[in-house]
Amino acid sequence: MAKFIAKRVALGLVTLVLLSMLVFFMANVLPGNVGRRVLGPFASPTAVAQLNHQLGTDQPIIKQYFDQMKGYLQGDMGRSVSTRQPISDVLWPALGHSLKLAILAFIIVVPLSILGGVIAALKEGSTRDRVITVGGLSATAVPDFVWAVLLLIVFSLGLGIFPSTAAWPDGSGVLTQIRYLLLPAFCLVFVLFGYIARMARAGTIEALDADYTRTAVIKGLPQRTVLWRHVLRNSLLPTIAVIATQVGYLMGGLVVIELIFNYQGIGQMIFRAATQKDFPALEAAVLVVGVVFLLSTLAADILYSILNPRVRLGSADQ
Amino acid sequence: MSAAAPPPPSAVDPVGEAVAALGPPRDDARLARRERLQVLVHSKSFIAGAIIVGFFVFCAIFGKLLVLQDPFAGSPINGLEAPSSSNWFGTDRLGRDVFSRVIVGSRDIMIIAPAATLLGTVLGTALGLVTGYFRGVVDDVLSRLIETVLALPVILVAVMALVSLGPSNLTIIFVVGFVFAPVIARTVRAAVLGERELEYVSAARLRNERTPYILFAEILPNVMGPVIVEFTVRLGYAIFIVATLSFLGLGVQPPSPDWGLQIFDHYGLISGGYWWPVLFPAAAIALLVIGVNLIADGLTQAFER
Repeated sequence: MAKFIAKRVALGLVTLVLLSMLVFFMANVLPGNVGRRVLGPFASPTAVAQLNHQLGTDQPIIKQYFDQMKGYLQGDMGRSVSTRQPISDVLWPALGHSLKLAILAFIIVVPLSILGGVIAALKEGSTRDRVITVGGLSATAVPDFVWAVLLLIVFSLGLGIFPSTAAWPDGSGVLTQIRYLLLPAFCLVFVLFGYIARMARAGTIEALDADYTRTAVIKGLPQRTVLWRHVLRNSLLPTIAVIATQVGYLMGGLVVIELIFNYQGIGQMIFRAATQKDFPALEAAVLVVGVVFLLSTLAADILYSILNPRVRLGSADQ
Repeated sequence: MSAAAPPPPSAVDPVGEAVAALGPPRDDARLARRERLQVLVHSKSFIAGAIIVGFFVFCAIFGKLLVLQDPFAGSPINGLEAPSSSNWFGTDRLGRDVFSRVIVGSRDIMIIAPAATLLGTVLGTALGLVTGYFRGVVDDVLSRLIETVLALPVILVAVMALVSLGPSNLTIIFVVGFVFAPVIARTVRAAVLGERELEYVSAARLRNERTPYILFAEILPNVMGPVIVEFTVRLGYAIFIVATLSFLGLGVQPPSPDWGLQIFDHYGLISGGYWWPVLFPAAAIALLVIGVNLIADGLTQAFER
């Protein structure tokens, strides 16, 4: 067990280092001249040189990378080009906001999609199955910002039951906050439903077909026991892995959702940094999203191995 | 019952066995292709998807000939008029006819998304063939790199790259293509891992065929099924991403009547009651991605038999 976790953590660290290089490359090498890219083609060469000096982008690439990583490890993410504020002052509260929205979306989507997938699998090939499968697939395929504007038109403008923004008035209680967050959360729910339901369906079909299920049925166990103790226990394992990979998508989806609903999360921070060509802020925010994703896949791997001894023992042999 | 007596155990048939060892002959391949076509023609989702996507392809090619009003002309005095008999979908902020803009607006995305997907598929297939065939160090290094790219949401990689390089249609194609390549490579790699152990590959190796020949002339045709399915699935995502990038102002640039751009220009007006400049482009995007996904669903059924 410890060996398995150590191996996963080590692999995660390797990916993290590569990830930091990739993000650094995109923010500092891809633009060519960073100062020129920020200030535009009409800025004077002295202003460009000055900005490059201030950002440290006139240093050799390797030195820039190590200086920056040293800063990150010490909690110093540098300053935003546009606001001059320390990036970490903005980033951590924004991440907190985003996690609130993301967690609400997960609380809604996970039970809903597992239920959908299992219901579909129990009547494989029926109309009910086709409706859930094709409906889920379609809901997943439609971009989140399209869901956002459709939901806004129907529930905010048409029916008037939800606010058109996620920015609740200061001092609102938890329930009011949830009311403000429901529409944005549902945009994410629609996109995630299809993936998770598809995995739950596939896993359940496989488990229903397995020998141990047949044995349990032949033994005369009640249907309910077979379903809960034999089928679902096995079928939901792969679903855990899929849920973790969706955390990555979710963080990307937040960029659009937070923009539309004017919610001060990390997604909106990324959008603002992107439109203002604020490379230091963009780099820090994207890297943090990558780290959140790595942590969630790591947590899922460990949880998976705790729930499934086959994985744990199989890997320990290697 | 007894009428259908089993055939007498025949003597060893050397020719038959040799033929069987050679694998399915040409005719079987053609038969399989015809069977797949049969499945497709009878698949409701494929037909529905093909009709939807066909409609948008038609709009993209003949767009300007189909509409009565200039999608680029209008005056702000007639701005934000509700749908009526003269403007079926109403007018936008600048008084332009939303109906003609939705029809003509299909063009950019119908060029960019397939081109990006094609680029990603070609790169990803090559990468998947190499990593799956060689295994070992090449595979380990490339797989780790692929995993790193996949550790970031596609949309964030695309946003960063477009901010760094500046938006243009060609840049979008390259960025989305490059981001897709690792994902496609993973699928192709899995298929190649199954193929590389088969006899026809060792036969080719024994014949001293050059490696590129084995990869592209021997293995590639046999993994075309997964590649085609992956292409259509990715095409759906590409539309998703290209539309999102346009919505964020990093994709197709004004004055293009691109759908994502139209929504970006007008979503702030929804709470003011102006839903039509947003609803119709949004519905067009939704319809197109659903159409592509229905085609992908039909193809998956046909190839997985």
